[in-house]
Amino acid sequence: MDNAVVVTHPHTHETAVHEEHHHVALPQHRHHFETEEQQREAGTFGMWLFLLTEIMFFGGLFFAYLLYRNWYYDAFVSASNQLNVTLGAINTVILIGSGFFMALGVWAAEVRKRSLLVLFLVLTTVLGFAFLGIKYVEYHEKWEKHHIPGEHFDISEFVNPPIDAKTGKASEKPLAPDMAQKTQVFFSLYFAMTGMHAVHMIIGIVLLFWLTWRAYYGEFSSGYVAPIENFGLYWHFVDIVWLFLFPLLYLINRHPLK
Amino acid sequence: MSDAYHDPSNVTNPEHADHHIVTPLQYCMVFGALLIGTLVTVLAADIDLGVLNPVIALGIACTKAVIVILFFMHVKYQSKLIKMTVGAGFFTFIVLITMTLSDYMSRAWGLW
Amino acid sequence: MSTTSSTIINLPDQRTATLPKRNYLNNEHGLLSWLLTGDHKRIAILYLISITFFFFIGGVFAGLIRLELLTPQPDLMASDTYNKMFSMHGIVMIFLFLVPSVPATLGNFLIPIMLGTRDLAFPKINLLSWYLYLAGGTFTLAALIFGGVDTGWTFTTPLSTHYLNTNVVTAATAIFIAGFSSIFTGLNFIVTIHRMRAPGMTWFRMPLFVWAHYAASVLMVLGTPVLAITIVLVALERTIGIGVFDPTKGGDPLLFQHLFWFYSHPAVYIMILPGMGVISEIVSTFSRKRVFGYTAVAFSSVAIALFGFFVWAHHMFIMGVSNYSALVFSLLTMLVAVPSAIKIFNWAFTLQKGSITFETPMLYAFAFFGLFTIGGMTGVFLGALGMDIHLTETYFIVAHFHYVMVGGMLMAFLGGIHFWWPKMTGRMYPESFSKLSAVTSFIGFNLTFMPQFILGYLGMPRRYHAYPAEYQVLNVLSTAGATVLGVGFLLPLLYLTWSLRYGAIAGNNPWQATGLEWQIQSPPLTENFIETPIVDHEAYDYEWLAHKTQQEVTTVG
Repeated sequence: MDNAVVVTHPHTHETAVHEEHHHVALPQHRHHFETEEQQREAGTFGMWLFLLTEIMFFGGLFFAYLLYRNWYYDAFVSASNQLNVTLGAINTVILIGSGFFMALGVWAAEVRKRSLLVLFLVLTTVLGFAFLGIKYVEYHEKWEKHHIPGEHFDISEFVNPPIDAKTGKASEKPLAPDMAQKTQVFFSLYFAMTGMHAVHMIIGIVLLFWLTWRAYYGEFSSGYVAPIENFGLYWHFVDIVWLFLFPLLYLINRHPLK
Repeated sequence: MSDAYHDPSNVTNPEHADHHIVTPLQYCMVFGALLIGTLVTVLAADIDLGVLNPVIALGIACTKAVIVILFFMHVKYQSKLIKMTVGAGFFTFIVLITMTLSDYMSRAWGLW
Repeated sequence: MSTTSSTIINLPDQRTATLPKRNYLNNEHGLLSWLLTGDHKRIAILYLISITFFFFIGGVFAGLIRLELLTPQPDLMASDTYNKMFSMHGIVMIFLFLVPSVPATLGNFLIPIMLGTRDLAFPKINLLSWYLYLAGGTFTLAALIFGGVDTGWTFTTPLSTHYLNTNVVTAATAIFIAGFSSIFTGLNFIVTIHRMRAPGMTWFRMPLFVWAHYAASVLMVLGTPVLAITIVLVALERTIGIGVFDPTKGGDPLLFQHLFWFYSHPAVYIMILPGMGVISEIVSTFSRKRVFGYTAVAFSSVAIALFGFFVWAHHMFIMGVSNYSALVFSLLTMLVAVPSAIKIFNWAFTLQKGSITFETPMLYAFAFFGLFTIGGMTGVFLGALGMDIHLTETYFIVAHFHYVMVGGMLMAFLGGIHFWWPKMTGRMYPESFSKLSAVTSFIGFNLTFMPQFILGYLGMPRRYHAYPAEYQVLNVLSTAGATVLGVGFLLPLLYLTWSLRYGAIAGNNPWQATGLEWQIQSPPLTENFIETPIVDHEAYDYEWLAHKTQQEVTTVG
């Protein structure tokens, strides 16, 4: 009697019986949750709260972007036009595709199809790698052009833009040296934002390996979809960040001389 | 099973929603919509619309994000609690932006 | 306090009393059973030990600072060393003590029990957050051992990114990791409070302690990531030279301040709100009354959390923010005083016509009232634009936030530790010693920080290790007070440890309090409740308790 607060309720005993039943039925059910339903909803809610922190994490970066884009608009335009739109657009499509397969993976887990789930998870992973591969190509190009902020940052291309062979005109509006310096702010933000995004992708891919392995052994084919579902939330969030990064970084003003 | 003895405000509405399975067909439609959105963003960026360019770009990005949140992330079928949680995140982000901008925008107005 | 009429302590007969045979402390044995535990109560104890360790490390720095300031000349240490002292003091005390203090120990221990559930929603994440805390602590110690860091706890750029040759990145990593520890704690609390309440435990039946933690958790989840990204940018700027905050490259150092204080102002409420929750419980229990205006106190916690996001720029009034914006932020700052005052007034009305007894937790609560009110009121001075320009970056501000943080939060923490000590350990602390330490720390605290108000008003700047000779009298007083305060903090460490073995057996409910946690055995079982409790009464319902006690007597008799 020591531990019971109010023990007069008629249903209390039944509760205990039900819990026993749950313990037996589903091994993934944790003892401190009363029902499977409660556990699932707690997981989803917890994941969303974590995504809130992610919103604020990227939020700081997006604010910095907003501020400096307004301050140094011309430098941002010139620097942005150094990015490769084709690669950026391809990457966007790849990432959307990856998110699509992840969503299908959640569905496959919900309808308890093990092999489909594994297939979709593998496809998600492959597209994730493809994204990172293209990102590497882009980063490498920046490295060669000395557009990595820091000691070796080079602004000459922004002060004296290369002459376009066909038109004979400068391919880009030349910037005054002090404004050209500000392209470094753009590239700082570019690397900080896409870098943070890439870090999230890498973490996601590591988790994907683990989930695929567990899915292969059939852990998510018995109606226990929470890990797949919650990881899906994370993966889609990373997609959403990119959906904003792409227009903000690549497409500021693609028609300066038209 | 819990409704028999649980307090109504605890497990039932508004913090509770039934598990809803989104069909692959819906996912395909969302996928298509996102691809179209991407295409439109890229094309719109090449046309000079002045101040409208960033507005369109952000508008499309927001629409795509909302679609992903509602369907890929199942928020459309989730409880009010989850919807509010998502809203709270964007609300705080907007607080960060507006309150900070209030400083940057009025800084040039000079001293009294 | 010796007569029975002036105390509510209701201990079982000590000759026959025993600790429960099975409880969370002896359920499993061995170090690993602690290090790999999922039990929120054991994690709370782990936190308590590690937090106490870092508190005394931070305390040593505080002592050295006060010792240096005993004389006007810089005679104990070089100015660089002094800079490292106050920086490490700030970093350790804020990120490793104040932020996790009440939530991670008392909150971890009590929230599931108060809600009538068996554990937090995510026990493994709870354990993870303790390990993250330890990792953060280790990095802090590493920064300390490898030569310290001297940016101040605020990491002001470009000082931190360009001009200092100390372990900024190590300390930044420490804060980044410790930040995630507090995010996970907050996340766990929010989910638990939403999803794990026992049947019948409606939102307005929850103890105010839980409400306060809910509000603080929201701040942790929404504020901390902004600090995380800011810290990452500082580290990137320092290591590879990106230009987000660097004015020579076009960055804006004020942007750093905005982002930093966007977290660090709400962090102040992360630190104080759980303390307010503790005070609500203590005041109700020792005046035998329901907390006056329960709903108002509950919502004032949420209001503080909400307003907390709208006032941060008052830390930046003299840094060159726009005057117009400063005006707005100044007015909004005044607004925070309203919910804080609601709490203080409601506690005062709770006391009115209550059957007040003065056990140790209540003494700490009274200390909290006085000190927090002074701290809060001086905060209003500092929030006022004109006053702030004179007072900021002086000892006035140092005294102000110590009144809130030490006078408020630390007193609440100690009050809470004493209040729930019987529940956590099953044994009472020695009442006379603890009263002595409560009074000692109250006197020591005022002696330390009251002179600093005057010093600041006279114009002594903070963060300098030398000062004009005319300030010496007040500084000597302050250092003397710090010594007394140190004794006041050391005493509990000693007698609480002593009481683990020799304290009187406390029984289930030594305070005759109403909370769910007092209705179970002390120390509790690992699973807290044998059967899921069904809550049919509001919090602080002393009539329900009397009724229940009566019934128990009749059934036994």
